[in-house]
Amino acid sequence: MSADHAVASHDTHTTSTGLSNVKLGMWLFLGSECLLFGGLISTYMLYRGRVGTGPTPMQVFDIPFTSVSSFVLLMSSLTMVLGVSAAHKGDDRNTYLWVAVTALLGATFVGGQVYEFTAFYNEGMGFTTSLFTSSFYVLTGFHGVHVTVGIIMLMSTLGIMKRSKVPGSKSETIEMLGLYWHFVDIVWIIIFTLIYLIPV
Amino acid sequence: MSAETTTHTEEHGMSNAGYVRIALILAAITALEVSTYYVDFGRLFLPALLIMMVIKFIMVVSYFMHLKFDNKLFSWIFYAGLILAIGVYCVALATFHFFS
Repeated sequence: MSADHAVASHDTHTTSTGLSNVKLGMWLFLGSECLLFGGLISTYMLYRGRVGTGPTPMQVFDIPFTSVSSFVLLMSSLTMVLGVSAAHKGDDRNTYLWVAVTALLGATFVGGQVYEFTAFYNEGMGFTTSLFTSSFYVLTGFHGVHVTVGIIMLMSTLGIMKRSKVPGSKSETIEMLGLYWHFVDIVWIIIFTLIYLIPV
Repeated sequence: MSAETTTHTEEHGMSNAGYVRIALILAAITALEVSTYYVDFGRLFLPALLIMMVIKFIMVVSYFMHLKFDNKLFSWIFYAGLILAIGVYCVALATFHFFS
């Protein structure tokens, strides 16, 4: 049994629930995040038709471009889960590789979002142009910030792991990062369908 | 497959090949979703999109986030938050006559 597995097993059996408190806390956090994004998505749904004198969603959305971005984020979930799998096996080399690829794909997605926002702005879709634009930027902006925070956490963890200073179980740390990353992906699955694909 | 690898797969639910298969299915569903933008699905458009969205959501949560294989308490915590969010915001949207 490796040191990591020993630590993980020890953590699991010393809690009152018999479960990892870190994992329990992460799921509670993700459950509460559903309420945050639920509020933002509902607000957008309510205001998406309130375009005023500004452009309508269908006039500005570039579905082929956003589809590619969505695919990139979806594939980052695959690389993340492969990283988690490698971490559980104690395979540090592949853990570093897949986590780094995940961060790279995430950065590609964020880059695409920045490009998209710039294109929208140039087409006359400012933050305060209409209720639609405000709710759209807040929703997708919050998601983009979550992805960015995820990238920072992935890169930071890689850096810390390189110096072997990750406290507790290394595989559990990567697993928690994975849970956060997949959550960001499932939020985008909803945003892509409800905001981009369903016309007003 | 070594005994250690088998134990690992049992603990965490799937092999790497399994994850790749799930990702391919997700990619195919995404392609189908995008096709609704170009092809007229008629009355099936909205229900088909929503069903595909739910399938993708459940697949990522169940397989990539391991909820299918993990302790049921984690599922309860997450789905409780999700159902609470859906309930609260459906009521809020109904208040603003969104569905009428």
